Amino acid sequence: MSGVEQAPAGASPEQRIGGHPGSDVLNAFFRRYGLQSGTVMMALILWIIFAVGSPETWLHRDIYSSLMSTVPVTQSGIIALTLTLVVIAGEIDLSFGSVMAVGTWVFMSCPQPELALIAGIAAGLGVGLLNGFIVVRFGIPSLVATIGTWFFWGGIVIVGTGSAGAGTGFAKGFVTSLLAGRIFGYIPAEMPWMLTFAFLLWLLLNRHRFGAHVYLVGDNDQSARMMGVRSNRVRMGVFGLNGAAAAFAGISSTIEANYFWPTVGSGAMLPTVAAVFLGGTSIFGGRGTIFGTFVAAFVIGAIEPGIISLNLTGFYTQVIYGAVIVIALIVQSAVRGRAER
Amino acid sequence: MKASDGAVPSAPSLCHHQAMQDSTNGQTTNLLELHGISKSFGEVRALEDAELIVGTNEIVGLLGDNGAGKSTLIKIVTGFHRPDKGTITWKGRPLEHLTVQRARDLGIETVYQERALADQQSLWRNIFMGREKTTRLGLLEVGEMRDETEKLMLDFLRFTSRAVTPESAVGSMSGGERQGVAIARALHFEAELIILDEPTMGLSVTETRKTLDFVRGIKAAGKACIFIDHNIFNVHQVADRVVVIDRGHTAGEFRTSEISVTDLVGCMQHLAETGSLDGGAPVKAGA
Repeated sequence: MSGVEQAPAGASPEQRIGGHPGSDVLNAFFRRYGLQSGTVMMALILWIIFAVGSPETWLHRDIYSSLMSTVPVTQSGIIALTLTLVVIAGEIDLSFGSVMAVGTWVFMSCPQPELALIAGIAAGLGVGLLNGFIVVRFGIPSLVATIGTWFFWGGIVIVGTGSAGAGTGFAKGFVTSLLAGRIFGYIPAEMPWMLTFAFLLWLLLNRHRFGAHVYLVGDNDQSARMMGVRSNRVRMGVFGLNGAAAAFAGISSTIEANYFWPTVGSGAMLPTVAAVFLGGTSIFGGRGTIFGTFVAAFVIGAIEPGIISLNLTGFYTQVIYGAVIVIALIVQSAVRGRAER
Repeated sequence: MKASDGAVPSAPSLCHHQAMQDSTNGQTTNLLELHGISKSFGEVRALEDAELIVGTNEIVGLLGDNGAGKSTLIKIVTGFHRPDKGTITWKGRPLEHLTVQRARDLGIETVYQERALADQQSLWRNIFMGREKTTRLGLLEVGEMRDETEKLMLDFLRFTSRAVTPESAVGSMSGGERQGVAIARALHFEAELIILDEPTMGLSVTETRKTLDFVRGIKAAGKACIFIDHNIFNVHQVADRVVVIDRGHTAGEFRTSEISVTDLVGCMQHLAETGSLDGGAPVKAGA
């Protein structure tokens, strides 16, 4: 963050005319990439701490193979990517944990694995759109609405399954290797999936009309509407995407575990939401990046194994989670305050 | 239409105001004409028999006290309110059911100070807000939009204070520059009539001057503008004609070339004191 210091603090536009040209370039860089640089820097610092503390873990490839399988789906990194769009649009979705369970339950209920996969993701999409509909149609703040649907859908799955799990043996073969296979016996299929999601969502967010509208709706909904942006459709769209991604992550993590727990996704909320905010996405909407969330998802995912590799007890995990998130938010607020001057 | 039309008396007065009349002397069709407009909200009569004419390539200043009916009149022009009575014509053609969408399609664009821009987004994203250039698949043509924004910056905005690029966030710009962006956007998308509602409110003297320059830019671009401002000096500087609204009806109008700003202030004071523009104002007739 030292580069930020190059710009005179609180300089007004008029004062800055006389500044040397280099400071303008730096200002522009930090205005655009300041938050992402911060996330990357945090990832590097944590990695160095872990690698110095436990080189036998962090300089060996096994930990990375493990992270590549847990971060995308078990820690719901893929959902963090779509949740980024929801938050940029000025909304929040806390129901995705239960949507993971709904999608997986539908998947488990179809005998034919390929069809089951499509049906499961479609169910997630449907529940996501319903979330969006409730928010848009009844004007209920999404924070409250999705806490409601989180309980509701979680309950539906518990009731529907009688709280009984099942093995995923029926999906052996194509679907299993598609979602949880190992490429060259090393790279978990979850990782290319997360990269694919990241690329497509980046494209959607930065190079497609829909993404442009996501930013506008989150930044200033009223002006976006006045300029003809269909705000309600955009917001329903991001909720739908998040639901579909949740179902995908639920199904994938269930296949990885070889067993369907009706409570799948119940622990997903904290790391997912943390990844979005750690990645520099503004809670107030209108600002955020896929890249930031992607890096942050791995930071969040590495904290627990990192702590254990340092021979600290797992009890510290929550402490470090909390500290990392609070520090990240403070840094962001400082960077943002400067960028907007 | 003739000068004797309408509810406004055309009798000569010391304030030398004119009755509403065809501002282009009948040679060409006016861009917009509103006649006999009345609008009530329940018991409240917001407008009664109001008149407003905007000529092609004319800047019309709208003056009047708070609650005089300026905003209601503007909201009728933009299709937000439907008048209870009266006619609206656009380029000589009557408009039956003017909706917000229809008004936008015709090229009537309102610039609201607070509601026009998305602060955290870049200049080019604001210029193309809701009207992005895309391929058939909906992919943004970013390069093209940046180039067009750059051209707008060179031709119209002429930001001088510092290095502003199409990627600069609008929130980092000054109040006057932001008004310029909103006006440039309207012009870029071929707005025929730009309505500015209190564009200088809360701006410093320098920023107000910039904003007024952008309003002159509308004239230079061959388009028309309705300019609403509390500040009579601002209105007098940029408007070709000033229309005075008082308690729901059109009290009269002045050509700014025919009245000094001091006399205009005097007339407005006289209106406030007597409820009429006729007689008694400290103005030399025919000045």
